[in-house]
Amino acid sequence: MASTDVAGNVPAFLNQNPKDRIIVLGVPLPLLEKVGLYALLAAVVVLPMVYDGYDIYEFGKILMYMLAVLGLNLLTGFNGQFSLGHSAFFAVGAYSTAIMMDQLGMPYWTTIIPAAAVCFVAGFLFGLPALRLDGLFLALATFALAIATPQLLKYDGISHLTGGVQGIVLDTPYPPAWIDSIVMSITGEELSVDRWKYMFTALVAVIMFAGAWNLVHSRTGRALIAIRDNPLSAKTMGINTSIFKSAAFGVSAMYTGVAGSLFAIMDEYLAPESFTFAEAIKFLVGGVVGGIASLFGAIFGGWFVLEIPNIADLAATSLENYINNPQGLTGLIYGLFLIFTVYVMPMGAAGLAQILVHKISTRR
Amino acid sequence: MKLLTTTMVSMAALAVAMGAAEARNAPGVTAKEIKIGNTNPYSGPAAAYSSIGKSIGACLDKFNGEGGVNGRQINFVSVDDGYSPPRTVEQTRKLVEREKVAFMFQGLGTPTNSAVHTYMNKKKVPQLFVATGATKWGDPKNFPWTMGWQPNYQSEGVVYARYVLATQPTAKIGILYQNDDYGKDYVHGLENGLGDKAASMIVARESFEVTDPTIDSQIVNIKNSGADTFYNVTTPKFAAQAIAKNFELNWAPLHLLNSVSNSIGSVVSKAGFEKGQGMISAAYLMDPTDPEWKSHDEYKAWNAWMDEYYPDGDKADSFTAYGWSVCHTLVKALEQAGDDLSRENIMAEAANLKNYRAPMLLPGITINTSPTDFYPIEQWQLMRLKGNSWERFGEIIDGSAGGGS
Repeated sequence: MASTDVAGNVPAFLNQNPKDRIIVLGVPLPLLEKVGLYALLAAVVVLPMVYDGYDIYEFGKILMYMLAVLGLNLLTGFNGQFSLGHSAFFAVGAYSTAIMMDQLGMPYWTTIIPAAAVCFVAGFLFGLPALRLDGLFLALATFALAIATPQLLKYDGISHLTGGVQGIVLDTPYPPAWIDSIVMSITGEELSVDRWKYMFTALVAVIMFAGAWNLVHSRTGRALIAIRDNPLSAKTMGINTSIFKSAAFGVSAMYTGVAGSLFAIMDEYLAPESFTFAEAIKFLVGGVVGGIASLFGAIFGGWFVLEIPNIADLAATSLENYINNPQGLTGLIYGLFLIFTVYVMPMGAAGLAQILVHKISTRR
Repeated sequence: MKLLTTTMVSMAALAVAMGAAEARNAPGVTAKEIKIGNTNPYSGPAAAYSSIGKSIGACLDKFNGEGGVNGRQINFVSVDDGYSPPRTVEQTRKLVEREKVAFMFQGLGTPTNSAVHTYMNKKKVPQLFVATGATKWGDPKNFPWTMGWQPNYQSEGVVYARYVLATQPTAKIGILYQNDDYGKDYVHGLENGLGDKAASMIVARESFEVTDPTIDSQIVNIKNSGADTFYNVTTPKFAAQAIAKNFELNWAPLHLLNSVSNSIGSVVSKAGFEKGQGMISAAYLMDPTDPEWKSHDEYKAWNAWMDEYYPDGDKADSFTAYGWSVCHTLVKALEQAGDDLSRENIMAEAANLKNYRAPMLLPGITINTSPTDFYPIEQWQLMRLKGNSWERFGEIIDGSAGGGS
C-alpha cells in the first residue's frame, strides 16, 4: 500500500514492502534511515557518558526545546492551526510542575504526567472557542494569550501559589538511589545531577517523540493532515473536525507543557519573566527553521532555539565596532532567519535534508 | 649526596607549597590576571541599564592601564542576558563552568539574580555586589556567597518613615507601589520604619502593574482617601505621570519619591519642574549634573576618566557614577585580598570593608561590611526639589533595616 510523504505526494520509487520501511523525513530508504535513526538514539544514550556539567546541561536543553517545538509542529505543521501563544502552554506545564513540587511536595518525576494532563485540558479548552477563528484571527487570539500569561502569573490573587514576581525556587532533582548505585558499580563514580537531568529529559523526550511519531502515522494523524489540507473535504469524509482540531490543540499544549515541566526541573527556578511572548516567537522561528511539518525537524528546531541567542550575541559582538549598541538588534536576527527560511527553504532544515537525500538516492 | 637529596627534597617541598598556594586561588586567577564574569541587560526591556556594564568595563580598563590590581590585570567578561532569568542562568553557568571565572560581579536585576541565587551558593562562587536594591541579598547566614552593594529598598523606606515621624507625626500616608518585589520591598521598609504607628498612619495603598498604561485612577483613590502624604514607589515612567497627575488634581501632599525615579533628566524635567517643587527624595551618590560637585576632587577624577576611557558615555547619566563607584569598591576588596585570591578570601575581604570611601558617594557616606553585615551602603541623604535641581538637606541618615525577605 503506497504511503504519502508529509507534503501529500506519492514518490515514484515507492514500491517496496511496507514492513521494511520506517518513514523518516518522508523518504523510504530502509538502510539509510534505519542507520540514521539508530545513530541518533545511540548519540542520545552516549552523550552523558562523554559530557558533564554545562555541556550536558545544554544537550538536555536542546531535547527540552525539541519537545516544545514538536508541540507547535503538531499543531501548525500537521494540523494547520497557527499559534503565536505556545509560551502560555509552556508556562502552564512549568508552573504545574513547580506548584506540585513546591506546594504539594511531590517529587519531580511524579509531576510530569499530571502536568501533561493539565496542559492537555488547558489546550483543549482553548481549542474549543478557537474553532471559530481562522488564520489571522487565531494568530491574534494566541498572541493575546501569550501577552496575558506573564501578567496572569504575577496576579496577586494567586501569587501564594505561583510565587508572584519572585518566582519559585525548586528542589534539585537528585537521581534515585538505585540508578546512582548502578552507575557507581559500572563506572566507579557518582552520577552527577547534570547528567541525571539530561538522562531524565532524554527519557521523557524520546518516549514522547515516539508517541508523536505514532500519532502522525496513524489514522488520527492522517485525519489531522486532512483537516490541514482541505477542511471541507475532511468534514465531508466524516471526520469530526471540531473534536480533532480541539484535540490537536490539547495534544500540542501537552507536548509544549511537558517541555515546560522539564524546563522548570532543569533550571530549578522559574519566574514570570521566563514566559513572555519572546519565547513564543522563539518556538515559532525554531519550528519553521527546522521544518514546521516534520517531526525530526523539531530536533533541529530545538537546537536552533537554544543557539539563536548565542548566534545573535555573536553577530552583536562582531558588529560592535560599527554600530553603537548592536545588542539591541538581536530581535532582528529572529526575523531575518524566519524570512530567509520561508524564502529559501520553506520546508525548513528537514525539508532540505529530504531533498538532499532524494537527490542522492536518485543519482543512480 | 646528602646535599643533593636535601636540595631535591626542599625543592619538591617548595614546589608543592607553591602548587598548593596556586591551587588555593580561585579558577580564573593566574599570576597575571583575574577573570571575572558579569551579566547585564544590553538588550531587551531593561537595556537602559547597559551603561552600568559599560561604565564598569571602562573603569576596569583604567585600572588595568595603570598596572592592574596587585600586578594582575582584571579580565572583565560581561555578557548580555536581556533581563531574562533563564538566559541569566545559561550565561552564568557558562561563565562559571566554561569560562571558569573567579566570581560573578554586579549581575543586574532582581529576577535575574534570583534565578542564579541558589546555584551560586551551592557552587560556592561569589555573587558579588549585585546591581539590585532588593533586601534579600544581605543574608549571610543563608546565602554566604551573595552580597549587594547599593542601599537596599527597605532602608530607604525606613529613612522616609523616620523623616515623616520627625516632621509630621500625625500624617496620613497614601502609598502607590509597583506590584512586584521592588515595590513591596519599599512598602515593607516604610512599615518597618513607622513601627506601631504604621497601621494608623497608612490610610491608602494602591498598586499597579508595570504594564499598565497609566496610574491615574490609583492617584485619584489615594487623594480621596484623605491622605496628606504621598509615598511614590514607581519606576521612572510612572513617577513622571504621578507628579503630573497630582498637579492636575490640585493636590499638594508631602511627596516622597523613591530614589529609583529621582533622575532630573528622565523624570522630573519630563513631568515639569514646577509640578514637583518640594518633593522629597533620597540619594547616596553624587549626581554628576549637580553644580555643587564641579570643584570636588572625586568629580574631577570621574570627569577625566569619562573623557579618556568612556567618551561615548553620557555625562548626565547617573549610572556612570554608579559604575565608577562600585568598580572602585571591587578593586578595594581585591586589593585587600592581596595574593590570596581564593573564593573564600575574596568573600571574606568583601565582608571586611571598614569605612571605605568609594568615590562619588555623597560626602559622609562610607561603605561598611562585616561577616554579619552584608549591606555595604546603608546611608542616605534626603533632598528636596527646589527650582531645577535637588537640594540636599539635613544629616546623613542611617537606614539600616536588617535582613529579611
